[in-house]
Amino acid sequence: MEMPIPDSDVLARKARVVERLRSVLPADAVIDDPMETRAYECDALTAYRCPPMVAVLPATTAEVSDVLRICHEEGVPVVPRGSGTSLAGGALPTADCVILGVARMNDVIETDYDNRFIRVQTGRTNLSVTGAVETDGFFYAPDPSSQLACAIAGNIAMNSGGAHCLKYGVTTNNLLGVTMVQMDGTVVEIGGAHLDSGGLDLLGVICGSEGQLGVVTEATLRILHKPEGARPVLMGFDSAEVAGACVADIIKAGVLPVAIEFMDKMLIEVCEDFAKADYPKCGALLIVEVEGSDAEIDAQLALITDIAKRHNPVALRESASADESARIWAGRKAAFSAIGRISDYMCLDGTIPVSELPYVLRRIGEMSEKYGLPVGNVFHAGDGNMHPLICYDANKPGDLELCEEFGAEVLKLCVEVGGCLTGEHGVGIEKRDLMTHQYAPADLEAQMAVKDVFDAKWLLNPAKVFPLAVSEPRRGAALAAE
Amino acid sequence: MKMSMLTSEDAVAQAMAEAKGPLVIRGGGTRTVGRPVVGEVLDVSGLSGVTLYEPGALTLVAQAGTPVAEIESALAAENQRLAFEPYDLTGVLGTSGASTIGGVIATNASGPRRIMAGAARDFALGVRFVDGTGQVIKNGGRVMKNVTGYDLVKLMSGSWGTLGVLTEVSLKVLPSVEAETTLVIDGLAADQAVLAMSRALGSPFEVSGAAWVAGQVWLRLEGFEGSVAYRASQLKTLLAAFGDIAEMQVDWRTVRDAMPLHGADAVWRISVKPSDGPAVIAALPKGTDTLMDWGGGLVWAGHSGGDIAATHSAVQAAVAAMGGHATLIKGPDAVRSAVPVFQPEAPGVAALTASLRHRFDPNGILNPGLMAA
Repeated sequence: MEMPIPDSDVLARKARVVERLRSVLPADAVIDDPMETRAYECDALTAYRCPPMVAVLPATTAEVSDVLRICHEEGVPVVPRGSGTSLAGGALPTADCVILGVARMNDVIETDYDNRFIRVQTGRTNLSVTGAVETDGFFYAPDPSSQLACAIAGNIAMNSGGAHCLKYGVTTNNLLGVTMVQMDGTVVEIGGAHLDSGGLDLLGVICGSEGQLGVVTEATLRILHKPEGARPVLMGFDSAEVAGACVADIIKAGVLPVAIEFMDKMLIEVCEDFAKADYPKCGALLIVEVEGSDAEIDAQLALITDIAKRHNPVALRESASADESARIWAGRKAAFSAIGRISDYMCLDGTIPVSELPYVLRRIGEMSEKYGLPVGNVFHAGDGNMHPLICYDANKPGDLELCEEFGAEVLKLCVEVGGCLTGEHGVGIEKRDLMTHQYAPADLEAQMAVKDVFDAKWLLNPAKVFPLAVSEPRRGAALAAE
Repeated sequence: MKMSMLTSEDAVAQAMAEAKGPLVIRGGGTRTVGRPVVGEVLDVSGLSGVTLYEPGALTLVAQAGTPVAEIESALAAENQRLAFEPYDLTGVLGTSGASTIGGVIATNASGPRRIMAGAARDFALGVRFVDGTGQVIKNGGRVMKNVTGYDLVKLMSGSWGTLGVLTEVSLKVLPSVEAETTLVIDGLAADQAVLAMSRALGSPFEVSGAAWVAGQVWLRLEGFEGSVAYRASQLKTLLAAFGDIAEMQVDWRTVRDAMPLHGADAVWRISVKPSDGPAVIAALPKGTDTLMDWGGGLVWAGHSGGDIAATHSAVQAAVAAMGGHATLIKGPDAVRSAVPVFQPEAPGVAALTASLRHRFDPNGILNPGLMAA
């Protein structure tokens, strides 16, 4: 993956930049020893690595503001980092950058059950937001697979989703307000505990902007009371086509499950091997979860299983206990680890209209044969967000490139059938160069105009989201102006 | 005043590229809101029609000028609906005409169910629009999860035609429900009402509307019949301390369209955190009619006579202090020309929005001044 050539002028001024950063941060919050900056050389897209020039770990909004102001004055690019769990390379450094990690900012600032919100510092992990309110019966709804580790800052940057967003929405639907520091150090408050914007919806465009518009240091999040209960049903079918038709029928019947998860034959076997979830051996598997009281769950599951039966399931198992529910989910939630145990893999994230599922799965199967790389499919079927996992051998020369070529072909197919490149992981560096397949030059120009407004010098996470050739004039102009 | 009726995206693009002065962008003509704009009227209601509807995928794509009523009837035929419950301002404003889907998205018009299901902006999956230079731009798409690039769909939602003219919108739709009921608690003052609504909204019983109308708290439950009955009984137990609770069918358009305020000279729509709703009401002059939606977080206020401009300044100042925003939805042209109709933004935010407007509309022709002078 091509990255911009590090700015030699910035590298030459490293000592001065470090000194200035040390003047505003505690000594242990500025990391410039090359041995230690290695810890920040990559995120969860581990195929690409580059140690940053410096890493800083501010603890307050004021410290973030000082760091950004200094970097702005010095013309140093800044790459914000949550917990480093991005699968798209969103937190991949450049050699001339300052990594700004929010890990030390993890306080709960305010919890308000009457108004149903929590305000946190954004270094706090997704799961520990729920952790702060669950003894009182509340939870924070978006639940990315990495929720044990991933930070709210990264969730906001990537507009993260999760298995349960069919009912509860993704980050942008659950974010009420932010404190954000702009690249020049200006602190702005956007939104709050109230709903919707009185002016332009800046919150809506900040969420999902991949750390390119500002560094969000505090967030007000909507919390909900936990449902009385939840229960999954497991269904096995002969083929992906049949499972896809069943999903469409469930949705058309007016039931809105909290989650509909799909796994194909390969993933079923790999996950079963790893998690012993007692999955049936079959062509495709659905996990459908509904919520409510016992009686409400019974009624919904009766409707759902009636629909499933019309599609001749080879297995149909309603969970009978909390233990069984946990086991049904254990396999699905372990999907990435399970496949990671047997192979290196690349996880794609394209979204397609659900009506196109059977066609796209068949085409992916054909591509798998063409490239000679195995692929497993697991995805959020209710909303068409696919996660094909392409296996490759990192130690075999050329295999990564082959895998990337395969992945690009799949994502182009997603766009072709009316979908998009990424449903919840973000563009980062991984899908940057495919953006021209989804968007025309004018579409990208409009997005870049927004970055111009928030970060005129293009110093915040500059080499992401947009194809390098497309953003080059802006990044180049910013450099030349120094 | 000159007026152009446009029927295609190409025509909109051409009109933008050739515009010599300010344009007043009009869909159904139902929303005479904001600082009055003087200019050539660009009527885009001719861009009409549902272009794609996949009930199994919960998605619908329509040209921006499509009447909301046409979309709702197409959805009803498949037992689906717009879950964000767009309001109709014709009663409040005394306007006639048919509200268009482009107008709904451009103004982020959401009704009582917003509190559970989300706002118009949360159901907008994709847009096509023409910016102030005549450039056609698309963003988002027609799938439910999409983080490919920046979310300009949200930026366009609620921009009131000041960043671009919508030509097409893609929407997420949801199934209609089998049953609906409303619990009614009579005789509660605003502060007690908000406590009752907070208790209900903070429960696991999925309240899809929580309003205070004429001293009554209304709590709506929707879903499968057995589930609605169960949740109604649970809520009655939970809220017993607030008084007798009746169960009935009520017309939620009363709340959605602020019906008790129809006929008032001036009408405000005020969003605050729910527990601040009663304080907003207390800050209004005597003789103001009010109702609360969103569990207290949305206050509709209507007033006739008096010094509307002074009241407006006081309302916006009070709301600024507590956090939120107040919009003068209806008021005499002279007042709306003189006051900030939309809540003034803090300087840092105002600088960003002014700069965004300048980028999308460098010549200042798109509803100039409608949201901010």
